Amino acid sequence: MRQFSEREVELLGSGWEWLQFDFMRLAFLAILLITPLFGILGTMIVGRKMAFFSDALGHSALTGIALGVVLGAADPSLAMILFAIGFALLLNRISSKNASSTDTVISVFSSCSIAVGLAILSKGGNFSKYSGLLVGDILSVTPRELVYLAVILAVTLLFWICCGNWLEALSLHRALAKSRRIPVTALEYVFAVLVALIVMLSIKWVGILIINALLILPAASSRNISQNLREYHFFSLVFALFSGILGLIISYYTNVATGPMIVIVASLIYFATYLYGKKIA
Amino acid sequence: MRKIIGPCGLHCIKVQHLGVRIGQQEILKDINLHIHCGSLNAIVGPNGAGKSTLIRAILGDLPHSGVIEFRDTGNGRLTRMRVGYVPQSLNIDKDTPVSVYDMIACYQSRFPVFLKKSRRVRERILEALRSFEAEELLDKQVCNLSGGELQRVLLSMAIMDEPHLLLLDEPVSGIDQKGMGLFYRTIYHLKENYDLAVVLISHDLDYVARYADKVILLSEGTIQKQGLAKEVYGSPEFAAVFGEGGGAVG
Repeated sequence: MRQFSEREVELLGSGWEWLQFDFMRLAFLAILLITPLFGILGTMIVGRKMAFFSDALGHSALTGIALGVVLGAADPSLAMILFAIGFALLLNRISSKNASSTDTVISVFSSCSIAVGLAILSKGGNFSKYSGLLVGDILSVTPRELVYLAVILAVTLLFWICCGNWLEALSLHRALAKSRRIPVTALEYVFAVLVALIVMLSIKWVGILIINALLILPAASSRNISQNLREYHFFSLVFALFSGILGLIISYYTNVATGPMIVIVASLIYFATYLYGKKIA
Repeated sequence: MRKIIGPCGLHCIKVQHLGVRIGQQEILKDINLHIHCGSLNAIVGPNGAGKSTLIRAILGDLPHSGVIEFRDTGNGRLTRMRVGYVPQSLNIDKDTPVSVYDMIACYQSRFPVFLKKSRRVRERILEALRSFEAEELLDKQVCNLSGGELQRVLLSMAIMDEPHLLLLDEPVSGIDQKGMGLFYRTIYHLKENYDLAVVLISHDLDYVARYADKVILLSEGTIQKQGLAKEVYGSPEFAAVFGEGGGAVG
């Protein structure tokens, strides 16, 4: 048995002993990067009523990977990202052209793409190789990947600061935003691509099945109790961070996958804020 | 907004041969309008006549054929036309965490509204709201405003950049008869005291007769008749669109 250092012994008694493992420290850092990212992006997705859109994007990851495999790419991730960007642009175009039945059309494309992905990946009984993608594994994050996450967070923050007002204006009234010379079409496309990039780059750690929950829940909880945009963005960020950190710690002690545990905490916050919001209303 | 004694009368907006086509369908054809500053122009017509499409085309929200020209004959220079727009309603759900300050600041300022309230922006917004006696609404949630309150807030926002042209879609829901009277009196006051032209889509022929300088009758995608309310309401074109009884208003 290995010897614990003084620092580790100190941690053991303090309730922070989960931090003694390298993978937990990396996962903790990853949570500190991913959850604010999702908290911020979520406010914009929920504000734009695009929850369905980001869900469909998450599902398209399988198709992207499948295409990469079929094309014989060494790293299917690139195929996945390119496919998702194409998919996002297509969905965005459909949404702007066909306002009445957008959710149906998105659903059709989403189911179709997931079926194609599953069909290709399950050929020859090999699907188990990819099933990890469904739930994700934040404990597998490497230091290099942390740098990628930091870069994505920085880009998102930049977009948030520069275009957050415009995006909100666009959500409230498109023609009114246009009359104020806001480049609405370009903004819609840039945002769709940004969402696609973030979903694809973080799906490995969060998982296809729950990525949308992580995007939507903090913002939705925050909406339950906020009265203005400052409260909305602040609480979304706090809820995302809190559920991420608490989910990680609980998952360590209960030996449950981290992603689902974070979503469970985020869901509890949602219900609590819902009840609280009803009470003060 | 800068208040003046009256409109300068030196600039005008000319719409020539405007047409809008969406896919195979021709929504608007050969629209010709001449709008002077200081005038209140009301567009009337049945549902589906193309009223909202015309407003959206002038706004630049829809691609169109023909020319929209802004002329400033005062100094002979062509300046870019500033357009203020008041939509009929907003795309906003119950419980949306957007206050009146947030909404106006989103359109008026580049400073991230979700980070901090800017004192300078707040003062500007308050000043605009004050012209419509709406300053107490500053921190209210937009989704909780009544129809009349929302109109006043949207009007305040529309005049913040001193527009040459104000485009309005008259509210049809959430506003009572008293609110409607107030709405028209406010618009009238605006065009009398500020240097702008107003184009208004209206569903209320009585108010139009009382307040509009010019009535534009739109039907089947084109202008059937335009002129003084009396002339338009008494015309055979008006009778054909609204029926014989339609003219007995005002």
